[in-house]
Amino acid sequence: MLRFDAVGLHYPHGAGSGPEVLRDLTFAVAEGAYRWLLGPSGAGKTSLLRLMYLAARPSSGALTVLGADIATAPRRALPALRRRIGVVFQDFRLLAHLSVFDNVALPLRLDGRGEGQIRADVTEMLRWVGLAAQFAATPAELSGGEQQRVAIARAVIARPALLLADEPTGNLDEAQAERLMLLLRELNRLGTTIVVATHNEALVARHPAPALRLDHGRLTELG
Amino acid sequence: MVARARLRPAGFDELGLRRALGFGMLPLLVAAMAFLAALALAGWVGAATLARHWQTGAGAALTAQVPNPTAPATGRRGTRLDAVLADLGTDPAIARARALTDTELTRLLRPWLGATPASIGIPLPAVVTVHLADPPPAPAALTALTARLARDAPGTVLDTEGDWVGRLLALARSLQASAAAALAVVVAVAAAVIAVATRAGLAARREAIEIIHGLGATDSYIAGRFAERASLLAVAGGVAGAAAALPVLLALARLAAPFAAAPATPAQAGFLAALPAPLWLLLPGLPLAAAGIGFLTAQVTVRRWLRRLP
Repeated sequence: MLRFDAVGLHYPHGAGSGPEVLRDLTFAVAEGAYRWLLGPSGAGKTSLLRLMYLAARPSSGALTVLGADIATAPRRALPALRRRIGVVFQDFRLLAHLSVFDNVALPLRLDGRGEGQIRADVTEMLRWVGLAAQFAATPAELSGGEQQRVAIARAVIARPALLLADEPTGNLDEAQAERLMLLLRELNRLGTTIVVATHNEALVARHPAPALRLDHGRLTELG
Repeated sequence: MVARARLRPAGFDELGLRRALGFGMLPLLVAAMAFLAALALAGWVGAATLARHWQTGAGAALTAQVPNPTAPATGRRGTRLDAVLADLGTDPAIARARALTDTELTRLLRPWLGATPASIGIPLPAVVTVHLADPPPAPAALTALTARLARDAPGTVLDTEGDWVGRLLALARSLQASAAAALAVVVAVAAAVIAVATRAGLAARREAIEIIHGLGATDSYIAGRFAERASLLAVAGGVAGAAAALPVLLALARLAAPFAAAPATPAQAGFLAALPAPLWLLLPGLPLAAAGIGFLTAQVTVRRWLRRLP
C-alpha cells in the first residue's frame, strides 16, 4: 500500500534546494493497516503526509503509493491515484464559496458519479457527521469543529483506499473525537488503510495501534 | 471524459470563476477588439471589391491603337496588328487582349465620323482592348511592353490609363494587406488580454485550484473550467463589438456607395444590400472567433500554469 525506501525530501528554496525536512525514511504500511503518526511539532509529520497524498514527490529514494512508483510515475498518472486517497487537512482546506453539501460532494463529482447517487451519499454522510441541517451553509458560517467535520466528510465520502488525517481531532470536543475514532475504526475494518498524525496522546492511549514516530525528519519508532 | 463533463451539474462553479473571471473588463476589451476586427474586415472586403471592379470591369480595359494595321510589320511576317496582338498575347503583364471588329469600331466612331468612316478616306487605326493581369504589373513592365510595341509596329500607342489601373490595383492590394495585418494584431492583442485575465483568475483562485487538484482533478478538468468561462466572456464581448460595429459599417457603406461596383437597383436596395455579402457572413463569425481565441488561450495558459503543481 505504502512503501518508503530511503526516502528523503527537501523543498526547493530559491535557486537551490532548502534543508532536508525528511531523511532516509524506510518503512512500509500494509493494506488495511492503521498507523498513528507521532512526533513533536516540526518533526516532519505534515511533510510525510504530503508525500503520501502526492502533494510532493520524494527528492531521493523510492516511494510506492497504492502500487504506483511515485518517483517515476508520469504526472498524468497522479490524479487517478489522488482520487483514491482521502485527506483531512489540519486547516480543513474547504472551498469558501461552496456550500457544505457541494464541498462534501466535490470528490464524487470529480470522480464523475451521477447526481442522484451524490445526493443520497452526501445527505447520508452529512447526517452521520451531524451537519444535515447545515447542508446549505458556507464554511464561514460554521464553527471550527463543524468545519472539521465537513473536512472529514469530504475525505471519506468517496470511500478512499487510503485515508490520511493531519490532527483531525484538533477542533473537536472529546465526544466528537470519539465519534470520529469510531468512524475511522469502521472504515479501517472495511479495508481502508489509515494514517493519522496527532499530538493527542490521550486519544492514542485510548486507541492503541502501531505508530510511526518522527523526530527531526527521521523515523525513531516503527510500530 | 465526455460522460464526466455531462455529469457535472450545470452551473456548478467549484473554482469560483464567476467572480474571479467576472463580466467586467474582459468582455469590454474583447468587444473593443471585435469592433476593430469588424472595421478591418470591412476594409479588407471593400478593398477586394474595388480591386475586382477595377480589374474586371470597364475600368480595367485599356486600349492600344495601331495605325496602318494591315501594313506589314517591321522585321517579321504578318501585319502590324498581328505583331501587336502577338506581343500583347505573350506578355505576362496582360491577361487578355482583343482587337475590336470593324463593326465595333464603326459603332464606336459613328458620332464623329458617321456610319461609313471609310468613305471619307481617313485611315482608321485598329483598336485593341487590353485587360491587365492579376496581380497588377509594375509600371516598368508596361514601359517595356510599350517599347516592344514601338519596335514591332512603330506608331502604336498604348494609352497610359493602364498605369493608373495598375497603381489603383496596387493601392487596393496594399489596403488589403494593411487590413490583414490589423486583423492579425487584433487577434494577438485579444489573445494577450484573455491570457492576462486568465492569469489574474489563476492567481485569485490559486487556493481553490490547489484543493481541486489535490482531490484528483486532472489538468484538462481545471483548464476546461477556465476555457468554458473565458469562451463565454469572449462571446459576450464579440457579440457586443460586432453589434457596435454594424451602424458604423452601414454608414461607411453608404459613404462609399458611389464608388461601389454596381449602383444598387431598386430590387437590391433592401437592408441586406446595404453591406457587401461577405461582411454579412464575417460579422456573425466575430463572436465565434472570439470564443475560439478565448477557449484556446485559456487552455494553453492554465495548462502551462498547472505544470508547477506536482
